[in-house]
Amino acid sequence: MTKLWDWYSGTPDKLRGMSESTERATGSPLVKRGLAEMLKGGVIMDVVNPEQAKIAEDAGAVAVMALERVPSDIRRDGGVSRMSDPEMIVGIQQTVSIPVMAKARIGHFAEAQILQALDVDYIDESEVLTPADEAHHIDKWAFTVPFVCGATNLGEALRRISEGACMIRSKGEAGTGNVVEAVRHLRSIIGDIGKITKADSAELFDWAKQLQAPLPLVQEIAETGELPVPMFCAGGLSTPADASLVMQLGAQAVFVGSGIFKSDEPAKMATAIVEAATHYRDPDILVKVSTGLGSAMKGLEIATLETKLAERGW
Amino acid sequence: MTPTVGVLALQGAFAAHAAILEQLGVSTTEIRRDAQLDAVDALVMPGGESTTMSMLLERSGMLEPLGARINAGLPVFGTCAGMILLSAEVKDGRPDQRVLGAIDITTRRNGYGRQTESFESDLDIAGLDAPFHGVFIRAPIVERVGESVSVLASVEGDAVLCRQANVTVASFHPELADDDRLHSMWLKEFA
Repeated sequence: MTKLWDWYSGTPDKLRGMSESTERATGSPLVKRGLAEMLKGGVIMDVVNPEQAKIAEDAGAVAVMALERVPSDIRRDGGVSRMSDPEMIVGIQQTVSIPVMAKARIGHFAEAQILQALDVDYIDESEVLTPADEAHHIDKWAFTVPFVCGATNLGEALRRISEGACMIRSKGEAGTGNVVEAVRHLRSIIGDIGKITKADSAELFDWAKQLQAPLPLVQEIAETGELPVPMFCAGGLSTPADASLVMQLGAQAVFVGSGIFKSDEPAKMATAIVEAATHYRDPDILVKVSTGLGSAMKGLEIATLETKLAERGW
Repeated sequence: MTPTVGVLALQGAFAAHAAILEQLGVSTTEIRRDAQLDAVDALVMPGGESTTMSMLLERSGMLEPLGARINAGLPVFGTCAGMILLSAEVKDGRPDQRVLGAIDITTRRNGYGRQTESFESDLDIAGLDAPFHGVFIRAPIVERVGESVSVLASVEGDAVLCRQANVTVASFHPELADDDRLHSMWLKEFA
């Protein structure tokens, strides 16, 4: 479980897994990853104001993601999308008692520093916002607050982990209400993990080269058969059945963005998706929670999109 | 006969608990509906989001049957959110948050603060020879301990591991510590 961090044995104590200090230590990789472990089986909901945060908490969300506009509005309105107004984040922190996450632009470490100073519980270095750096992601090891990052494939996931991400979410295509890209990304990540577990030791060098990922992480996956951090799913989920689908494919929790507050009845939809994330293999319960929800968000065909958010990130 | 240990799997770190228990040679089963409780000899209530778990317990109709089984002596081990759910009283919870009242302690939710205050620290645990590494994630703080409760470990004066009859609770996460001694100690209480 702590293998990844062995790789960092040349780095200061605080970057390794379990702290070797017998005194109280904060911000260690294990403590950062620990919160992601606690969110498993749950639903993290995008919210843009305290009222929506309250609806999300009332429905049973395990955390909320504070952002300026939900992805479907970003897509519709265009313009540069940035970190949220600190006042809005504080308002949400004062309204709910569940963890509050917030998004920073890819590579925008100053936004991340501000979010850490605001004491958010997780930072999402997110392709949904307009990237601030076309080559570099944030050095996430430098922070006490943990980070989640998106990935479309295994190589991207491992590069983010090597930069210090403590949770990976498959990207999907945010703001579309269309689950097809989330499924593609999940299947790609899980499929490649499966192949790596069957590869021989010589082939692992080529896998690392093809994936553009650190060899020790590839070797670790060959041994454990899973990512070294929790893997959640995001991007285009909009019904209880979508949550069940991606959880059955191997996602350990789900992020729902526009899918809740762009549906006819957000409170009902939110509750139903929470139930679906728990009972994802129980069709009887899924029938019950899927009934009478009104319309889900309208949704978009991927082929009609001008901007594919998932292509942001390197 | 080896016992079957149920792991409440509504949400949270249930898989990590199950993995440690399986390593210790007991069979585990995930519990999401009340009927599944009938097949277990003991239960782990994992960490996660206690408000979410409280709602899922109520909506699934499992809250009452679970409380009855614990009252009737079912051995149960609750960590973090599990500790909150088993306690007699929770502060800083939601107004509609339910607790089972199975152990006479009062907890304050997220009593150590937000995630940047989450920490790890070595603990001396009564019954273990060497220190145990405690991982505290937005952990509850125990504010009151009833007379019938034994405190097995403390951090800076606050109880972090408590037992009362068939109920053991920890405010930290033994399932994340790569150390099976605490699970093993718990199993010995009934197996």
